Amino acid sequence: MAQTSNVFKLAVASGKGGTGKTLLSTNLASFVSEFDDVLLVDLDVEEPNDSIFVKGLVSDVHPQYKMVPQWDVARCDLCGDCVDICNFNALVNVGKMIVVYENLCHSCHACSELCHKKALPMKKHHVGDVSVIKSQNLTLLEGRLNVNEEQPVALINNVHSLVNQNWSKYKYQIFDSPPGTSCSMVASTGKCDYILLVTEPTPFGLNDLKLAVDAAKLMKRPFGVVINKYGSGNKDVEEYCRDNGIEVLGKIPFDISIAERYSKGELLLDKHCFRSVVSSLYNKLENIRISQNG
Amino acid sequence: MKILFTSTGSEWSSKIDPRFGRAEYLLIYDTEKDELISTDNRSVNGKAHGAGTATAQKVFDLSPDVIITGNGPGENAARVLQHLNPKIFIDAQGLSVKDAYEKYSAGDLSQLPLS
Amino acid sequence: MDSIREIVVLSGKGGTGKTSVASSLAYLAGKEAILADCDVDASNLHLIMGPDIIKKELFYGGEVAQIDIETCIQCGKCKEVCRFDAISFSAGVHTIDNLSCEGCGYCSRVCPTGAITMMPRLSGEFYISGIRNGSQMSHAKLFAGGENSGKLVATVKKNAYRMAKERGCDYLITDGAPGIGCPVVSSLSGAKVALLVTEPTMSALHDLKRVLFVVRRFNAIPLLVINKSDINEAVSEEIKIFAKSEKIEHLADIPFNTAFVESMGKARIVAEENQFLKGIFESVWEKAKEVADSSVQN
Repeated sequence: MAQTSNVFKLAVASGKGGTGKTLLSTNLASFVSEFDDVLLVDLDVEEPNDSIFVKGLVSDVHPQYKMVPQWDVARCDLCGDCVDICNFNALVNVGKMIVVYENLCHSCHACSELCHKKALPMKKHHVGDVSVIKSQNLTLLEGRLNVNEEQPVALINNVHSLVNQNWSKYKYQIFDSPPGTSCSMVASTGKCDYILLVTEPTPFGLNDLKLAVDAAKLMKRPFGVVINKYGSGNKDVEEYCRDNGIEVLGKIPFDISIAERYSKGELLLDKHCFRSVVSSLYNKLENIRISQNG
Repeated sequence: MKILFTSTGSEWSSKIDPRFGRAEYLLIYDTEKDELISTDNRSVNGKAHGAGTATAQKVFDLSPDVIITGNGPGENAARVLQHLNPKIFIDAQGLSVKDAYEKYSAGDLSQLPLS
Repeated sequence: MDSIREIVVLSGKGGTGKTSVASSLAYLAGKEAILADCDVDASNLHLIMGPDIIKKELFYGGEVAQIDIETCIQCGKCKEVCRFDAISFSAGVHTIDNLSCEGCGYCSRVCPTGAITMMPRLSGEFYISGIRNGSQMSHAKLFAGGENSGKLVATVKKNAYRMAKERGCDYLITDGAPGIGCPVVSSLSGAKVALLVTEPTMSALHDLKRVLFVVRRFNAIPLLVINKSDINEAVSEEIKIFAKSEKIEHLADIPFNTAFVESMGKARIVAEENQFLKGIFESVWEKAKEVADSSVQN
């Protein structure tokens, strides 16, 4: 987990949806790309949106698979052990057939390896795609889960492996993570060097920030906060951060024109007040990166 | 003929459980023997995932000719039931098992096409 | 007609105002409806409904492996078969990382000494509460890192249906989960109407299309509300054209209004704070009811 090279994996996360993860991830990546190579990874695989803001050509598509058992009628003696073994009810014995529900399978391999007739060899099953989008120094990897699949975690883990295999030379790796604090958020952020929690100064934002802080602590990851729509709502989020010794790395001012331009799918670095927030955030992250690499 | 009801209890007076995968009980009425046998499905109800296929497995083993339920099986369960090809009648929620049976006998329940 | 009509509020994308809409409808419905919060991963509805908890229960979702150090002979078979890197070996002992364990139970099956037991995983709490409008709500809290499963959502809904039946409520208003995965599927199960709350951003439109696919699969009737409709007229138009082509009835446009954030700050419901918005929500609620009622008559 500890990086021996000077790679910096930054996760951008939040408890609540719609607080500005995508706004921050895309603009920060674009800012870094002005002077360095940067990798932006969209891990909100159920609803990926980064490609709306990072405009570029899809240079490559990596289909993503998970391993699932495939029933071999010739070998099977219909003993039914596999149905009992599967803790996810992904196998059903319908009379003279074993039916596999690929969408329920967690790829644990138990049924396959414990089958005494070797009648359930594992095969690849398509769960989604990772598109590679190039925009000068910025490379965007967009993970997208197929609509009928119910488990984002397998795809998220795949994307992390893919990054380590093919893009490990990128010093800056920004992971735009799914909202919430459940297993997909943990899978997205758990192996990053730092988690940036984006929140808004409302009771909803504060409630969900506390949950996200709990998750970051559980994973033992260092984290800091960015307050979006700063100036609207109230001061409770700031006070909470101050009282709990949580660093606030940036405050994006509440500005209707930011919302308008975001709605059009535009980046905002040409807007002075916004750019200065991103620039100062970058400097703080740079200090964190250097201190972590010791 | 065997008729299966998804229900919230084990009696004729129990209400139909609108849910298929997470139904609490599966009741089988055998019209030839005139007996009602109940299967407790609450352990499946507690599954985090795959309740639909787990219940469908049980239904498959009970092999009814007719299923009377509420919302109808979800996609996964429907795929299992295709192998059994029962007649499925839905929208019986709110009724007791007895009333649902009578309504079915009178031809007043809507049938779900299994496609 | 004695069946309970469920109206689920969904959005796909987070932050579009789904919870504000659900709470406003519940406020207008009063004792006519039970409110269910199925947005269990970082839920918010309780912050403005002022729930008074009547009953609390622990939620166990899935399983997690547990090693008994007395019986374990440190053979390492469990670590070999685990596909989730959940078992580590250090200082001479094998331990399980609860966060990584997916509960498949493979390790417990290969353990030669029976040292591994699959235990129910404590992953949250669910509640039944009285709320300010005189009705009740069913809600839950998922612990950090817990698996947001269909079971938790199904339990919240089951409680809500039972409460509605006990209290003779005709409707259930459900604040649905975001995304398109397992929890959304569970929050849609049984619903007559899916009220889609979106905003005129490219992201929200994109997510709306994905969530609509799931709504269709469950035969719920989709209805549309565009929140913050004036922040981008062009995208607003695009959403309306999309809705028309998909034959989704568009119920209302809600212009950008700071009352959403302000009322939240006071832990109040938008519809009780702002007369103008209350009027819009009244028409949305009447229409949603009408569609839900007609769906059960056919």
